[in-house]
Amino acid sequence: MVDQPAMSSREAAGLPARRLSPSQRTRLFRGSLYAVLGLFVAGFLVVADFAAIQQNFLNPQIAAQTMPELVTRAMRNTVTYTLIAFAIGLLLGLLLALMKLSPVGPYRWLSNIYIEFFRGLPAILTIFLVGFGVPIAFGFRIPFGTPGAGTLALGLVAAAYMAETIRAGIQAVPKGQVEAARSLGMSQGRAMVSIVLPQAFRIIVPPLTNEVVLLIKDTSLLFIIGFQPVNKELFVYGRDISTDVFNATPLIAAGLAYLAITFPLTRLVAVLERRQSRSR
Amino acid sequence: MSNGAAMDEQTTPVAAIDVQKLHKSFGDLEVLKGIDFHVASGEVVCVIGPSGSGKSTLLRCVNRLEEVTAGRIMIEGEDITDADADVDLIRARIGMVFQQFNLFGHLTVMDNLIIAQRRVLKRTKKEAVEVARRNLEKVGMIDKVDAYPAHLSGGQSQRVAMARALSMDPDMMLFDEPTSALDPELVGEVLQVMRTLADEGMTMMVVTHEMGFAREVADRVVFMDDGVVVEENNPLELINNPQHERTQAFLSQVL
Repeated sequence: MVDQPAMSSREAAGLPARRLSPSQRTRLFRGSLYAVLGLFVAGFLVVADFAAIQQNFLNPQIAAQTMPELVTRAMRNTVTYTLIAFAIGLLLGLLLALMKLSPVGPYRWLSNIYIEFFRGLPAILTIFLVGFGVPIAFGFRIPFGTPGAGTLALGLVAAAYMAETIRAGIQAVPKGQVEAARSLGMSQGRAMVSIVLPQAFRIIVPPLTNEVVLLIKDTSLLFIIGFQPVNKELFVYGRDISTDVFNATPLIAAGLAYLAITFPLTRLVAVLERRQSRSR
Repeated sequence: MSNGAAMDEQTTPVAAIDVQKLHKSFGDLEVLKGIDFHVASGEVVCVIGPSGSGKSTLLRCVNRLEEVTAGRIMIEGEDITDADADVDLIRARIGMVFQQFNLFGHLTVMDNLIIAQRRVLKRTKKEAVEVARRNLEKVGMIDKVDAYPAHLSGGQSQRVAMARALSMDPDMMLFDEPTSALDPELVGEVLQVMRTLADEGMTMMVVTHEMGFAREVADRVVFMDDGVVVEENNPLELINNPQHERTQAFLSQVL
């Protein structure tokens, strides 16, 4: 057969032919993306001082010094603070969500005010306020010292976010579920507890898990109110050793410890969300 | 009416459902405009009518899933519309079957059937399971006791929903277009169970588009249009010899 170029759609449209075919243009564009990437990597390899990086960020002797307290104490504290803050946030958030759905106006207003207030403030301000402001103002000591005040503050903030999530979950349960429950003689409260909430929480497991991830990271903000050595969580623990030895390796170690907790959780959320979207 | 006024008060049986001068509005829209309607104990009454006629709203008012605007509704002589009525207790005696089944999605078939028995009637687990199994046998769903609703067909779901309502040992059953959400080939299995219930003497109020069912099973058919009861009669008379123009127009469309 004669190799004869077919008339392109551009020619058909009365436009001048291009020098490169569409597939050639695509290859050229893709190739230049790789070229730019290659240049950056090459430049980094030339410029980077690997000895300094290794010495300051990935120093094995200093990393070894952080063990085992990094895991047995700091990581454990981070997880403990997260779980307590989450429990406070969940219970208070559920209460706020139910208040927001209440037929009694003042309950709805209170809930709205709370949610807007704590979502609008920086978490670090709330932590400082609960940790220092409250004890100074009322002479009231929050139990369990600074970790107690800090986790309480984190829980108060988390409750505002979780209230909205829980409310959305409750409203996502079809109305017919409540009607069926009521038609069987269940009271409104019984229908809520036995029928609506179990289904609502199933729907909101992914966003609640995300909330846990945010809380894990936000426990680092507790540094602002200071810790006794035994109460240090990952960030403060890593920071303090870093400044002592004048080396960033402990911070890197703390960062890896955060990732060891958060990465599995974010993957879990992805799996749960995929499963939910499939079952819909 | 031939009965009632002439009869001795003492011997008049209390109606299962007695709706008196019922009005219901949603905002400015008046959906029910003064309904008088009753179902005697053991009677099967089918309510038919075009969509938007208010028949489903009437049925939902009967167990007070909708609050009435005016009028009252007596359930076995008890006023369910009274602000002081123990609505939950009265509802427990009224089984209801929904168009969309409304099975509890987080519970197995067995748990769907026992949860209200346990929580409302305070039956023991053993007792509740026995009652549930008996009713699942009756609707032919005993082999699905451990299934979740998501894995049932529409017809199976509706039969389980009937078994759930029956497990409360209700005095009467309300059906809100029970076959309207079903694929045509699944309608028969649901109607069959309803027919069995009617034969056993269950008091039934059925909002339906199934004229065949109404003709064969109902003791009385009520035709509603535009928020009022236009005409009621025994099924043969009403369907074959409708008196009112609107009834004739509706039946000529659906038959």
